[in-house]
Amino acid sequence: MTITLVHLYPREMNIYGDTGNVVVLRRRLEWRHRDVRVVPVSVGDPIPTDADIVLGGGGQDAAQGEIGADFARRGPELRAMADDGVVMLAICGSYQMLGHEFVTQDGHRIAGVGVLDVTTHGEAERLIGNNWVDTPDAGRLVGYENHSGLTELGPGVRPLGTTEPGRGNNGRDRTEGAVRDNVIGTYLHGPVLAKSPRFADDLLRRALRRRGADDELEPLDDALAEQAAKVAVTRPR
Amino acid sequence: MDLLAVWLGKLTLAALRLLGRRGNALPGLVVEKVVPGFLARAMARLPEGVVVVTGTNGKTTTTKMVATLLGRRYRVLTNDTGSNFVRGTITATVERAGWTGRLPYDIAVFELDEAWAVRFVAAVPPRRALLLNVMRDQLDRFGEIDTTARLLGKVAAATTGHVVLNRDDERVAALASETRAQVSYYGVVPELRPAFPTDEELYGGEITVAQQPAVVELTRLPSRTEPRIGLRINSTAVDVTLRAEGPHNAQNAAGAAALALTCGLTENEIAAGLELVSPAFGRGQRFDVDGRNVVLQLVKNPAGFRQTLHTLDDATADVAVVVINDDYADGRDVSWLWDVDFSALPRAVAQVRTSGTRAADMAVRLRYDDVPVIAVEPDPEKAVRQAVESVPAGGQVVVFSTYTAMWALHAVLQRIGSAT
Repeated sequence: MTITLVHLYPREMNIYGDTGNVVVLRRRLEWRHRDVRVVPVSVGDPIPTDADIVLGGGGQDAAQGEIGADFARRGPELRAMADDGVVMLAICGSYQMLGHEFVTQDGHRIAGVGVLDVTTHGEAERLIGNNWVDTPDAGRLVGYENHSGLTELGPGVRPLGTTEPGRGNNGRDRTEGAVRDNVIGTYLHGPVLAKSPRFADDLLRRALRRRGADDELEPLDDALAEQAAKVAVTRPR
Repeated sequence: MDLLAVWLGKLTLAALRLLGRRGNALPGLVVEKVVPGFLARAMARLPEGVVVVTGTNGKTTTTKMVATLLGRRYRVLTNDTGSNFVRGTITATVERAGWTGRLPYDIAVFELDEAWAVRFVAAVPPRRALLLNVMRDQLDRFGEIDTTARLLGKVAAATTGHVVLNRDDERVAALASETRAQVSYYGVVPELRPAFPTDEELYGGEITVAQQPAVVELTRLPSRTEPRIGLRINSTAVDVTLRAEGPHNAQNAAGAAALALTCGLTENEIAAGLELVSPAFGRGQRFDVDGRNVVLQLVKNPAGFRQTLHTLDDATADVAVVVINDDYADGRDVSWLWDVDFSALPRAVAQVRTSGTRAADMAVRLRYDDVPVIAVEPDPEKAVRQAVESVPAGGQVVVFSTYTAMWALHAVLQRIGSAT
């Protein structure tokens, strides 16, 4: 059995090293001698029907405009995939586009695909800096946030975890990210999976379970990642 | 008033030196606060005005090239101390001015950080500007690449005489429409374009060949059989031995040559002048430490790191030390390390060590590219000493370091070794 990783818009939506998430998941499967393939999906490309994990990163505002229409067209397909339990990890811009809509600073409304019950509005001030999120399922996730959109969660999602005031989804309610079924959105770059190996393996297990495959993953030596995470939380924001 | 500025700046500098401090920023900062307008008045007295060099990568080396070339015609004031904020240009100015306030120069060549370049040109409209490239770098400061491009656009708009643009970076080439100054382009021949990917091309975009005619074109990169680069300057072909290694410096030489043409230098003066330029601070500088050769390579962003990794293609090293700090000047966000492909590193170096505040992050990054890391030592000085001790006499150590660690390492190497 081959696990299929779909990388959405690798060219347009990868401004803060988010491609690293694809590398981390691919390598962690390869190190366990599992078969894996990575399928880049750009504007107009079909999403493979056997997608197990879909990864999307953050982009420049202009790039988000370029791919916005393409992304919106995929709405019904992405919602069906989410209902079907496909694992999705959407960072920053991709997270925002999985929501209902993005309202820009000047009141312009950009429709999202409604996979996640969240809404985002643009602000002049960016939330920028080292950040970490304490999650119920995967412990502490460590990364870096850099966004001007503030996101409000609706009742159809739960927060990925909690963070400190002035950070996370909107800087106000201490929530970070959003989860629904196997779909996860977050503002953590870093890339987040590099310093959060438990979270990476949690995503892999979700995908394996969905396929009815053996979800037992042999432990890897993650001492360096844990050390890097410990250092990162002590650094100035 | 301006005499006060010069004295104030010089005395602040002298006080810092007495304290054993570098301090290229503080004197400028003091003068800026106490005598606003000093810089604009001082620059207005230069008969040939100011050249601003900016862009993401290559500012320091290119500025050194331009200053060296123009030095064949003019008395050149330049901020070669590495401080590329406005205050750095003020410090350079008061330092070189006489105690009488006289500034015995014809032209200033200033490297400016993209954001500070905008502040600089608002106070001092430059006569000439050389705009190099726009790559993702320190996005925690600038937000996005398009924002950086807009900053360079403001520099182009403020330039009064001549703007020189890299035609092979589409964001830079597009700035021609932002200025009323004369515009000329430099570039590389189409066959070399794949060696100089723009930000888009680095992330999977197709290589495009620009159509603008270039006054200077890089026609050949060095190889084992021909160590000289080839340049076409106007219609003259010249061969140049560059002391600053790497394809990116060959491209920078084309930019510097194009700027020198706007000052009336001849093709032969330019070719001869480029050969005189030694590597700038931390940009391929070499040191001898007990018979071991240590090379310092500054890394700041994915494109730059990738370029310096290319300098290893021909020169295999025994040990590489990768030093990643995350202080403000380095950029707090280390995500960018994931935009560099390190998988070829084991072919070029036998052993890899990591260091700096983010030594562990770097080690994680390398592990995912299957690069074995033999030591993770956060203290840069210790890491480099251990690397030097681990190789036999005649051995090669290459140090890739972010900005803040580079200062410390440069000082250490000057103390325990000698520049070669």
